[in-house]
Amino acid sequence: MPKQTKKKPKWIHKDLLGLEYLSNEDIILLLDTADSFREILDRTIKKVPALRGKTVVNLFYEPSTRTRVSFEIAAKRLSADVINIATETSSVKKGETLNDTGRNIEALKADIIIVRHNCSGAATMLARNVNISVVNAGDGWHEHPTQGLLDIFTLRKKFGHIEGLNVSIVGDIAHSRVARSNIWGLTKLGAKVTVCAPDILIPPGIEQMGVSVTNDIDEALYDADAVNVLRMQFERDEKAAFPKQLEYFKKFGITEERLKKTRKNIIVMHPGPINRGIEISSKVADGANSVILEQVTNGIAVRMAVLFWLSQAMDKGNKHEASD
Amino acid sequence: MKLLIKNGTVIDPVNKIESAMDILVEDNKISNVAKGIKIDADTIIDATDMIVMPGIVDMHVHLREPGREDKETIASGTMAAAKGGVTTVLAMPNTTPAIDSKKNIQAVKEIIKSSAYIDVLISGAITKGRLGKELCDIAEMKKEGVLAITDDGASVDDEKLMLTAFSMAKKDKMLVICHCEDKDLASQGVVNLGFASTRLGLRGISNESEYKRIERDIKLAKKTGASIHIAHLSCRESVDIIRKAKKNGVNVTAETAPHYFTLNEEAVLDYNTNMKINPPLRSKEDVEAIKQGLKDGTIDVIASDHAPHTENEKEIEFEYAESGTIGLETGLSAGITALVDTGLLTWSELVRKMCSNPAKILGIDKGALGVGQEADIIIVSPGKEWVVKKKNFISRSRNSAFIDMKLKGAVDCTIYKGKIIYGNGAK
Repeated sequence: MPKQTKKKPKWIHKDLLGLEYLSNEDIILLLDTADSFREILDRTIKKVPALRGKTVVNLFYEPSTRTRVSFEIAAKRLSADVINIATETSSVKKGETLNDTGRNIEALKADIIIVRHNCSGAATMLARNVNISVVNAGDGWHEHPTQGLLDIFTLRKKFGHIEGLNVSIVGDIAHSRVARSNIWGLTKLGAKVTVCAPDILIPPGIEQMGVSVTNDIDEALYDADAVNVLRMQFERDEKAAFPKQLEYFKKFGITEERLKKTRKNIIVMHPGPINRGIEISSKVADGANSVILEQVTNGIAVRMAVLFWLSQAMDKGNKHEASD
Repeated sequence: MKLLIKNGTVIDPVNKIESAMDILVEDNKISNVAKGIKIDADTIIDATDMIVMPGIVDMHVHLREPGREDKETIASGTMAAAKGGVTTVLAMPNTTPAIDSKKNIQAVKEIIKSSAYIDVLISGAITKGRLGKELCDIAEMKKEGVLAITDDGASVDDEKLMLTAFSMAKKDKMLVICHCEDKDLASQGVVNLGFASTRLGLRGISNESEYKRIERDIKLAKKTGASIHIAHLSCRESVDIIRKAKKNGVNVTAETAPHYFTLNEEAVLDYNTNMKINPPLRSKEDVEAIKQGLKDGTIDVIASDHAPHTENEKEIEFEYAESGTIGLETGLSAGITALVDTGLLTWSELVRKMCSNPAKILGIDKGALGVGQEADIIIVSPGKEWVVKKKNFISRSRNSAFIDMKLKGAVDCTIYKGKIIYGNGAK
C-alpha cells in the first residue's frame, strides 16, 4: 500500500477550557472561522445548518445574562437545539455533584456542555469526566476563553493584526478570568501586554505569564493601542482592603482627560457589565474610542466558531471509533 | 522459632553498620548480627543484592479510626504501612472523637489491640476537641501512654494557651508536635501563593503562614524549655528558622514529608485534587531548600503525613476538595528515588531520617538493629523500579500524589517482631 501522507487535523481538541491550552494556530483558526461567521449575523436570515441535530446545553452555576444569551444565539444561528440549565432549577440544589450532573447531561445525549462556574478548574474537572465537549464559559478567577477570543477578534478587526500591538489591561487582575484569558491569547499571538492596577489587585508572579506590570495608569495608557478595562467588583467578600470606589476612579478610572494624554488613538474595550463612573466614565464608554458593543456582537461569531470546531472534532472522533 | 536473613547489606547507623551482614532473629528479638552466621534456622531469607534495614518509624500518620472508617481503619492503615516497610506509626489524634481524654485513649487502644498489624503509638490532642480553647489533661494522657501531644490539622492560635501547654508539657516530659499554620495569613488558600495560585486563579497560601507560626512556637519553646517537633516543613524560610534555632540550643526537631521534596507547585497545574495538600506543594526553590535541610541535618525526620480521603471528597471542585495525600506505601521509595539515588543522602542518612531519628524523638527503642531489640526489619530491593498505580494501594483510600510516578526501590519483605507480615510468603 502506498504510504499516505497524514494531513494534520485542523482542530484536535475535545474541549475549550482556556487559551493557555491552545496553540497560536488554534487561536488563528478560531478567529478566521469567526470572521466568516460574523458576516452571517448581518444577513436577513441569520442561520446556517452546521450544527443541525446537535444539542448544546448551557449549564450555568453563576448568574450571567450576556454570556449565556450569546452562547444561546451562537448555537441557534448554527441550527443546534439549546437547553438552558440554571442552578435554581436543576438538581444541583439537591446536592448533585458537578460530575454527576455532567454525566447525566451526557446520558441525555447532548453534544456540548457550556459551563459557567464559580470555582476555578470546574470546567477542567467536568471535561475529564464526560466524553462530550465542554466549553468553559468562565470558571472562577481562572479563564473565560471565549471572552478572550472575542476581545482578540475585535482587536484584529480594528488593526488587521495582533502581533506588535500594545494592549493594557486595567483593573482587578487578581480576580479576573477575563484578564488571564486575554494574557494567554494576546501573548501567544505576539502582542505586548501590560497589566495595571493597585498592588493589592496584582497577583504575585504574574510577570511569569509574560506581561509587564505597572501601578501608573497614565504609563499604561501612553503607548497603548488598546485598553481593556475590567469590571471592578467592590461587592466581593474579601478581607483584603479594596480601594474605595471614588478613590479607584480617581486613580485608575478611564476618562477622556486621560485618553487625551496618550500617544495613539486608543481603542477602549470592556467585557461588561460596565460600572459607569467607577472604572470608566460614561463619556468614554459611549464615545468614539469605545468598541464595547462591537465586542458583544463579535462574541456571537467567536462562539459560533468554537461550537463549530468542537462539533467537527467530535464527529471525526466518532467516525474514527466506528471504523476501528 | 529462628529466622535468618543472609547475605544482605545491613544499614543500621545507630550501630554503625553499613556492610554485608547476616541477622538472626529468635522469636521476636534480634539475637545476632554478624558475618556468615551458620545456624539451622526455621526460615532462611536470602537477601543477596538487598538492603536490610530497621522497620520504618512513621511519626505522622492519620489512621482515621475511630470516626472515619470509610477513609481508613487501623487495620487497613497498618496493613498499608506494612507494605511500605513501616513497622511503627504515631497515630494523629484528629479522629472523631479526638484523642483528648482517658476514655478516648482507652477506646482507641482497644481497637489497636484487636486490629493493628504493626505498632501503633498514640498522640493526644493539646486542646479538647482540638478546638484551641481548653487544654487537655497532659499528665493523665501521659499515664495512658500518649507519647506526644498535637492539634495536628490545626494550630493553637491562642499564644497564651500554647505557652501554658508548653510549660505543662515540659513539666510532664511530653513532646509537643506543632502543626504550624497561621489561618489568617493562609487566607483560605488552597495552593501555593505565587506561580500556582496566579495561573490557576485560586487563593494562595503564603510561606509566611507557615514560618511565622514556627517562629512563634520556637520563641515559646525557648521560653519554656519544652521539647517541640515541627511537623511537615514545606518552605525555605522554615528551614532557615529551624537551622538557626538549633544553633541557639532550642529543643526543636523538624520533619518533612516525601511530597515536599519530590513534587513542586507545578504538579497542581491541571487541578488534580490529589495534589491539594496542606501545607501546599511549594516552589522549586522551596523544594531545593527542603532537600538542603535534609542534607545538613536541619530536618531530622521524613514522615508520610498519610492523609486518606474518599473519592467523593477528592473528585469535586478543587477548592471544595479535602487536603492531603496518602503516603505510607510510597514514602520509602520516594526517599530512595529523590534522595539516595540522586546522591543527596547516603543510605545511612535516609535510615536515620525514617527510622532512628523518629524513634529517638519519641523515646522508643526502635529504629535500629541491635542485639536484644525487637526484630522490626525490612528487606528492600534497592534497584527495583515500579510505577505507582491507583489499583495497587492497600490503603482504603486512593488519594495519592504519587499515582503514575515511576519510583526506584521497593519493599520486598517486612518483618514485625520476628514475623514476616508482608512479602516473601507472608499471608
